[in-house]
Amino acid sequence: MNGRFDADDLGYFGEGGQWGGRFMPEALVAALDELTVAWHEATADPSFMGEFEAILRDYANLPSPLYEATRLSEQVGCKILLKREDLNHTGAHKIRNVLGQALLTKRMGKKRVIAETGAGQHGVASATAAAYFGLDCTVYMGAVDTRRQALNVARMQLLGATVVPVESGSATLKDAINEAMRDWVASVDHTAYLFGTAAGPHPFPSMVRDFCRGIGDEARAQVLERYGRLPDAITACVGGGSNAIGLFQAFLEDDEVAVHGFEPGGDGVETGRHAATITAGEAGVLHGARTYLLQDDDGQTVESHSISAGLDYPGVGPQHAHLAHSGRATYTPVTDAAAMDAMALLARTEGIICAIESAHAVAGSLDLARELAATKGPDALVLVNLSGRGDKDMGTAIEWFGLGDADRGTPEAVEQVADHVEERLEDGPGLRDGQLGASAGAGS
Amino acid sequence: MTVAPAFARAREEGRAALVGYLPAGFPDVPGAVDALRVMVDAGCDVIEVGMPYSDPVMDGPTIQAAAQQALENGCRTSDVLRTVEAVAATGVPTVVMTYWNPVERYGVERFAADLANAGGAGLITPDITPDYGAEWIAAADAHDLDKIFLVAPSSTDERVALTTQASRGFVYATAVMGVTGARTTTSDLAGPLVARVRATTDLPIGVGLGVSNGDQAAEVGAYADGVIVGSAFVRALLDAGTDRAAGLAALRTLTADLADGVRRVAAPRG
Repeated sequence: MNGRFDADDLGYFGEGGQWGGRFMPEALVAALDELTVAWHEATADPSFMGEFEAILRDYANLPSPLYEATRLSEQVGCKILLKREDLNHTGAHKIRNVLGQALLTKRMGKKRVIAETGAGQHGVASATAAAYFGLDCTVYMGAVDTRRQALNVARMQLLGATVVPVESGSATLKDAINEAMRDWVASVDHTAYLFGTAAGPHPFPSMVRDFCRGIGDEARAQVLERYGRLPDAITACVGGGSNAIGLFQAFLEDDEVAVHGFEPGGDGVETGRHAATITAGEAGVLHGARTYLLQDDDGQTVESHSISAGLDYPGVGPQHAHLAHSGRATYTPVTDAAAMDAMALLARTEGIICAIESAHAVAGSLDLARELAATKGPDALVLVNLSGRGDKDMGTAIEWFGLGDADRGTPEAVEQVADHVEERLEDGPGLRDGQLGASAGAGS
Repeated sequence: MTVAPAFARAREEGRAALVGYLPAGFPDVPGAVDALRVMVDAGCDVIEVGMPYSDPVMDGPTIQAAAQQALENGCRTSDVLRTVEAVAATGVPTVVMTYWNPVERYGVERFAADLANAGGAGLITPDITPDYGAEWIAAADAHDLDKIFLVAPSSTDERVALTTQASRGFVYATAVMGVTGARTTTSDLAGPLVARVRATTDLPIGVGLGVSNGDQAAEVGAYADGVIVGSAFVRALLDAGTDRAAGLAALRTLTADLADGVRRVAAPRG
């Protein structure tokens, strides 16, 4: 039974086949059909779902906690609840997706998996799942990214995966996806493609969402149990959009719950250097689905920019395109600078160093929470998906804030950053517009 | 327009048609026109003009490199249409091979109209299948253009039938499971695939992916109606580097070898 926000049997979201679908080479259609059937059968099979649940519980540390961020809440005047996906094994929500897809791979009798990765998080998660299930694993990663994220390359290698640097095109995430698809066309009889986000051709947008939807199912039950009602708003960052759709799905039929996605605004949408696909992109077809894209007048893909490698993708999952177009969800850009401010604020108020991806959700939620506090009072509830932890981002944070240097680590310097954050919270133009990071980083 | 007469003539001559591919804008827009005219002159029966695209998932390194160079040189969709016009003026049926997004961006109906006006015969669509191609099928029918869809060794019989039913001009059979690129041996998957396609349609069947010389062309021509060559032509130009005359000479030699190949009766295999 498909809901109004779900795909039809062809993988289209929305009326008249507006979004999604399967724009793929015929050579891969048989494999995608096989995968669709296997996924439907598996999810209808209690033994498969039971095994998936047990692995998530015993191996991946799930369900993740729901945490009321009291000191952060004081800053905005109502309650901010964090869904702590940063505490999952491998440090992000992505473990849910790869364990689901790898379990399905095992059920289908395939022995090899391939994956694409940008910053390396999905690659590390895929290598982890492959090790867990004893599968061969090859990860395609843009050559530029392998240099920027050497630590994650090492992690994947230690886990037993082969990492292939991709030199073609712009040598980043979209080219890694292209190369993984080229591998898959030639290896599809024995290889499964563990797609890293809720995008791509049918059934990936729906299948990846369903493997991630535990985020929202758990959070919904946790909020109801603790507060006796649903949250007023739910929020997440949106790159490809797997953590966001994993949270949103459980709440889409609850019309009283506002749904907000925060897109990577980079240097600001007006500068052209961003990855705010829904805000600034236009409809087109990339990697097998019709969705919002960053593209030029000839339909060539335009390179995206975000300080967060995990959000740096010129497309977005087609269900998000549908949710935006239909008005069910609202998507707003958050600049690099605002995200970095929020990362610092969360660290200082809650003792949580989150991923820069998730910091986009935190940043956007601060403004939203203040609006809700003004209209609904201090008991308003804003549920934020804290999709990952920030260990991987310390290199970026060091550069941005000028950390790690004895001069910069002085109490005075720390105080200066804290002052900026407070000023902006009190009367600034709103964290979404972001000034602090740029000014704090400018002295470096 | 249609490619049908070119295939019919080859069939009358008891041979396969030679179908040659080169991306527009490579090495630059006039350079590609010159190269395609050499290919026509030296014996190609049908020309495929490639639309350079930023994310060519079905192409191997050779065609990727050419497409990237074309884009870096500023090749636009309008240049592709101009290239078609120049080549079609030779009288040889000319089709465009393109990934889908540039067509959707240009406007499907507008693209079909402008392609027909340029004298183009149709479109080869490697990343749309008939079940997702309704808009293109309607536009192609409205403008009397060929719809050339692909079949693969992995296609089920049901999907082969679905595809051939929606096709016009010829059916494009990908001989190997993999991306484009010259290969030293032809595929043993192609023969059985062609036989399965033949059981569903009277349309000519072109076989592509991997052919790079006259012997391979002869081998494929023994069971297919069209021998499709792409990467080998691109490679000839790439290898000549900035020496345009040498590139065109290599292209002429290669085309002649392939044209000779499709006219040869292949040695019995085994």
